[in-house]
Amino acid sequence: MAEFRMPSLGADMEAGTLVEWKVQPGDRVERGQVIASVETDKGLIEVEIWESGTVEAIDVQPGTKVPVGTTLARIRGEGKAPAPAPAPAPLAAPAPASAPPRPAHRKRISPAARKHAAAHGIDPETLEGTGPGGAVTIEDVERAAAAAPPPAPAAPDKTAAMRRAIAASMARSKREIPHYYLATEIELTAALAWLEEQNRGRPIRDRLLPVALLLKAVALAARDMKAMNGFYVDDAFRPGEGVHLGAAIALRGGGLVAPAIHDADRKTPAELMAALGDLIARVRTGTIRASELADPTLTVTSLGDLGVPTVYGVIHPPQVALVGFGRIGPRPFCVEGGVVARQAVVATLAADHRVSDGVQGARFLAAIDRLLQRPEAL
Amino acid sequence: MSTTRRITYREAVREALREALQRDPRVFLMGEDVGAYGGCFAVSKGLLAEFGEERIRDTPLSEAAFVGAGIGAALAGMRPIVEVMTVNFALLALDQIVNNAALLRHMSGGQLGVPLVIRMATGPGRQLAAQHSHSLEGWLAHIPGLKVAVPATLEDARGMLAAALADPDPVLLFESIRLYPTAGDLAVDAGAVPLEGAAVRRPGRDVSLVTYGGALPRVLEAAGQLAGRGVEAEVLDLRCLRPLDTHAILASVTKTRRAVVIDEGWRSGSLAAEVSARIMENAFYELDAPVARVCSLEVPVPYARHLEEATLPTVERIVAAVEEMGIGHG
Repeated sequence: MAEFRMPSLGADMEAGTLVEWKVQPGDRVERGQVIASVETDKGLIEVEIWESGTVEAIDVQPGTKVPVGTTLARIRGEGKAPAPAPAPAPLAAPAPASAPPRPAHRKRISPAARKHAAAHGIDPETLEGTGPGGAVTIEDVERAAAAAPPPAPAAPDKTAAMRRAIAASMARSKREIPHYYLATEIELTAALAWLEEQNRGRPIRDRLLPVALLLKAVALAARDMKAMNGFYVDDAFRPGEGVHLGAAIALRGGGLVAPAIHDADRKTPAELMAALGDLIARVRTGTIRASELADPTLTVTSLGDLGVPTVYGVIHPPQVALVGFGRIGPRPFCVEGGVVARQAVVATLAADHRVSDGVQGARFLAAIDRLLQRPEAL
Repeated sequence: MSTTRRITYREAVREALREALQRDPRVFLMGEDVGAYGGCFAVSKGLLAEFGEERIRDTPLSEAAFVGAGIGAALAGMRPIVEVMTVNFALLALDQIVNNAALLRHMSGGQLGVPLVIRMATGPGRQLAAQHSHSLEGWLAHIPGLKVAVPATLEDARGMLAAALADPDPVLLFESIRLYPTAGDLAVDAGAVPLEGAAVRRPGRDVSLVTYGGALPRVLEAAGQLAGRGVEAEVLDLRCLRPLDTHAILASVTKTRRAVVIDEGWRSGSLAAEVSARIMENAFYELDAPVARVCSLEVPVPYARHLEEATLPTVERIVAAVEEMGIGHG
């Protein structure tokens, strides 16, 4: 019997609200299938199951907020040994300070109290029960409802929640991760020429943008440079099992998420372009999947559209590096004693000094540069 | 409202019988000792002198025979009232009741109805020992084709018989042994009442006490004690065990959010179990506490008074069950 638990959709997540089940007890589920959606500070996330089998029981009803690690459903496997969840595993280990311990027994909440609490937007898990055996009764909920201020409008609340989530994550990063920073200028003359060639035959909506080449180059470099691609958990570095690039995407309402493009090193630039477009669209409609949020092995952020020449990022824990790209445009290059204008971009690296040193970081950036000089091979 | 008179439950049943015999010549009463002896609980005392042997018929000690005869008479157009001393002895006639009376309407494709009324005494409380004291009405309430009513008040004791006789199918009336000698005020013109549907005997907002039959007076007493402690209990008298008034049960529980079911039958597989299950099925999300049950202890009812009392749902046990729900805290 496998337990399907509330996943950790990022190191900063403590709890999530189960919003919807897409399966019922008795249903067959396949590994990778989306079986539930979960509301977190970062929006509505579709959650996949990592074991095939049959849904035995559903333990948490829609509308219930539970801590990370709480059993949501139980799955009866189909004989074969369950495959370990691929990348979510490292992230599933919660930060010691922030993860509430999983209660040994389910809190006693009467059905009427649960219903009443939901109607008033109160989390009954947080209430002190005065009923028999410490059960939370409808009276307890009524008392809490009377004491609580009227709920604020949902939208600002949501932004504030995301701000808090980002604050927690980034503060942890700056507190725990000794960052070092490197930057290099990469000439893109060849890359942009190749792109122009490629795009000539394509309809507008299928055109490749430079970001596709940048992503591919980072992915290939990361495949070789293990110290940039993986997780630092429990005082040890664990290399990623694939290259899953987190693409930092700003949200319209403020805040950002960085869901993963899985196996970016094995996708063509065109496929990367499509994957990125798909991610952006889904981030904005709120249908990002749990695995996409939970398992990026290395994040790429690009602020070039907004004109900044250089971006130094903050590593997203428990990842160990972040690559930043600024604006692509003509920059002065010294060639044969003279100054010429060439199309270029500044690539930066923020890396975790516990895992790598500047030498490795410099080699990594050099590898990205080298790869971008031969765009046809990307 | 008209004037009232003081009357016992026993007298109310007798008045109902007399009225039925006067109004319809097809009605007759038969059973063991109903004639010369006046009925083992003195319910039919005097009726033999008034109506004669044709209509007040003593029968041999054979429950299967005289219940079967009642079924035959009903099929032939009569309106028999068959009295079985206690529900314990009704087991001897179970084949007639369950396999014939309850089924003939169905098995004849609707052609044969059995307009039979079977009265029997039920329940503990009069030191009649195990073979005369059990509450098995829940067993018969299990059977489709039967209507099972339990008068718990003077109004129902006086009025249910007429409604039962008007029913084209078999009706079982369970009269509580314990209630026969109890007295109260009844309207002079009290008459027929509906057979089906539960009744709120005391309104309340904090907990629903769901009960029927002989337990009702104790439940009302418990509700009175609870009121003294600030707990307003609603008392729901089921009145009819088949069909059960699920709607009334749910309406009460939805209001109070808590239920205690009080049943003089044994707990396992009891009518209290059925009521509890219906609440769970239909009103789970309205509940603020698990449904509680106060039933008789699962032993044969003892003869000795204090032992008999110890097996029953007492006022103390009912009050304790409500208090365990934690009502009134905070």
